[in-house]
Amino acid sequence: MEAFLHQVFSGLANGAIYASLALALVMIYQSTHHINFAQGEMAMFSTYLAWAMINAGVPYWAAFGLTVVASFFIGMIIERVIVRRVADAPVLTLVVVFIALLVILNSITGWIFSYTIKVFPSPFPEQPLFGPYISSHEAGVVGITLFVLLLLFLFFRFTSLGLAMRATAENAVSSRLSGIRVGWMLALGWGLAAAIGAIAGMMVAPIVYLDPNMMSGILLYGIAAALMGGIDNPFGAVVGGLIVGVLENLMGAYVVGTELKLTVALLVIIGVLIFKPTGLFGRSFVTRV
Amino acid sequence: MPLLEVTELTGGYGATDILHAVSFAVEEGGITTILGANGAGKTSVLRALCGMLRVSSGKIAFSAQTLNGKATESIVRLGIGHVPDGRGTFLNLTTEENLRVGAMTRRDKAGVAEDFERVYGYFPRLKERRNQQAGTLSGGEQQMLAISRALMLRPRLLLLDEPSFGLAPLVVQDIFRIMRAINKEQKVAILLVEQNASLALELADTAYLLETGTVVMSGPADELRQAESVRRSYLGY
Amino acid sequence: MHGMHANRMRWMLVAIVVIAACLLPFVLSSYRVFQFNLVLVYAIVLLGLNILTGFNGQISLGHGAFYAIGAYVAAVLMDQWGVPYWATIPAAGIVCFVAGFLFGLPALRLHGHYLALATFALGISMPQILKYKGLEEWTGGVQGIVILKPHAPFGLNISQDQWLYLFTLIVALLMFWLAWNLLRGRIGRAMVAIRDHPIAAEAMGINVAAVKTLTFGVSALYAGVGGALGAIVVQFVAPDSFVALVSISFLIGIVIGGLASISGVIYGALFIQFVPNIADEISKAAPWAVYGVFLLAFVFLAPKGVAGFVQILWGKLLNSRTRDTKRSATVQS
Repeated sequence: MEAFLHQVFSGLANGAIYASLALALVMIYQSTHHINFAQGEMAMFSTYLAWAMINAGVPYWAAFGLTVVASFFIGMIIERVIVRRVADAPVLTLVVVFIALLVILNSITGWIFSYTIKVFPSPFPEQPLFGPYISSHEAGVVGITLFVLLLLFLFFRFTSLGLAMRATAENAVSSRLSGIRVGWMLALGWGLAAAIGAIAGMMVAPIVYLDPNMMSGILLYGIAAALMGGIDNPFGAVVGGLIVGVLENLMGAYVVGTELKLTVALLVIIGVLIFKPTGLFGRSFVTRV
Repeated sequence: MPLLEVTELTGGYGATDILHAVSFAVEEGGITTILGANGAGKTSVLRALCGMLRVSSGKIAFSAQTLNGKATESIVRLGIGHVPDGRGTFLNLTTEENLRVGAMTRRDKAGVAEDFERVYGYFPRLKERRNQQAGTLSGGEQQMLAISRALMLRPRLLLLDEPSFGLAPLVVQDIFRIMRAINKEQKVAILLVEQNASLALELADTAYLLETGTVVMSGPADELRQAESVRRSYLGY
Repeated sequence: MHGMHANRMRWMLVAIVVIAACLLPFVLSSYRVFQFNLVLVYAIVLLGLNILTGFNGQISLGHGAFYAIGAYVAAVLMDQWGVPYWATIPAAGIVCFVAGFLFGLPALRLHGHYLALATFALGISMPQILKYKGLEEWTGGVQGIVILKPHAPFGLNISQDQWLYLFTLIVALLMFWLAWNLLRGRIGRAMVAIRDHPIAAEAMGINVAAVKTLTFGVSALYAGVGGALGAIVVQFVAPDSFVALVSISFLIGIVIGGLASISGVIYGALFIQFVPNIADEISKAAPWAVYGVFLLAFVFLAPKGVAGFVQILWGKLLNSRTRDTKRSATVQS
């Protein structure tokens, strides 16, 4: 029973990270209908930026804050400079562009910081403060994720800018006809997604250790979570993330063994895509002839 | 000087031109209508005004400013509200949120609050359903919402694309009555594109007839209403 | 007359290239032969991927998985059951055809990004599947399997490397010839129709589902054959040789070489084999940055890839020749 609870709570913490990544993916999908394959690498790159700052003596939370802001701007720049150019291109071109981004970010990071595994600090204490089933870091991850989600919710629900972004994501043409500068809304969306991804990266790095390839598996879980929740539903992304996190742990512990955990994600992805492509909460799409 | 003056507008989508040397004008505070059958190019005219059509030649002037080549968002910010065909409602936002989006570019909070009151005055049904998801509104209500959303811009010119489409006759009458009120009370000029010729000619003061992208007749609405050819082809008698 | 001229010149060029390819192993060093051998292997894989993505419009970011399956089929057959190397090639092809076909069935419901996602997931998870302890008996687990290099048959007096290269060349020529026939025929046209206008294709009576799943199967078959050959050439298979980046390499290969182009496949294969070596001299991480930058450059500047470039040059060459003949004709009269 103890072991089970531990798996569940640890799964929720992992799930919070997957939920963050899924949320970033959903935000970009909602406004542009593209899946950003480079999301994981962007998060990884941001985490390295944080590491570099901390290594240079910057206190943790300052580095955290600076990284989030820097990632926001990097995300906006990538959208304005690269993604904007191929906005109307066929799907294959877009996929290729995102893959190119993935590859460039991965190798530049390896080049600048080398491939040796690095330790990334956790801002939370070593001792378990919230009972025996969950480490302080895991509790902290859940806490921070919930806090970020709350901020996002308030932003989108109650601010004008949030409303403008929601409108753009839903109907770009009508938004233009209301005078909304759609291009900037898209850039903002990318910026926010990059910032969220950076937070996810910094939360997961203490657990899996920092190395340029750390996010590829996590990206897979994030994709599974986003698909499960409904690729155009932010609420679904969060729920999907938590489900995938707990499922991964339970299946790893009791069914397939820890080595095949990634395969679980693969099966979830394929399963969802085949049986319920709109996910649990998404909307069905109709193709126009 | 007319508020909106379009001279020899030629353009289309892709490589082919849909509009050929179209010229028309809307006076300050006036109501102009463009009539024509399906496929005549009426919607394309409105899209051209909002920068959503490729213009190969011709000039679009709004209050002494040239609109050619401007982005849609910038054109709208000059004071042109566009109620598109299909209404363009934000289905997942609430009624009130739809209206807030319409007012997005305005800085005067007091004016916006005033306009909310005014719009709810014209369309009390919208006020009833202010917190409902816009996708659950009926066709007529969505049309009212679309017009209101454009009004929240406090435009000087309102473009309407087939507002009668798919609506019950009573609802359409209601909407046209309110459009007349909007024009009189707020001095908003209206450019109305319609298939329902009789209603449009009743409302407008000037009319243009479009056939396969060319203006074939123009003049005061009364004149066109009496014209034999128009009566036969578009008014049914 | 112009068309016939161009055709004849094209065939002459192909013949020259093939002859050069045959002579290659006898003039280059052993290491270079090994490298060009891999070029041929990649060309086969890229041909398969191009059939699927370039001609049929189904995006695959996971072809490394089929490449891996082919490689392991060859390795396991040779290691566990002593099957001769040349027999493993068709075996790998058949296994991968079935695997591809089976994957193609659920893939019918996926388009664009979603198919890219599903295949991406396949590519990422393959190494883990290969490392699975339950299959270790056959796959050799993390350490993988070592393969012995075959000798030239009939006691021919050539080195193992030279023979292996020629063997790969023969298989490659066969695969190219098959692809060329397939794409020229009815099915090939159906593939392209489905890529460009799927709904219209269905309305015209093409069995879209059948063509798409078959194309997936054929594409996987090619990747499997390439994988098997690759395994024999490298003499080794291990799970970490088949990471997600391998699938991405293949995609890079067809984009740079030229989508929906058979000749483009050669340029792509040359690119993914030799560019890392050159870039490696700069830094270990650089190859991939170079790949990424090249990809972006090609997307923006040369969307038809190298093959498109070559076609433009070819067109210019032919045009100038006809201008010359016209000029000489008028001078004579």
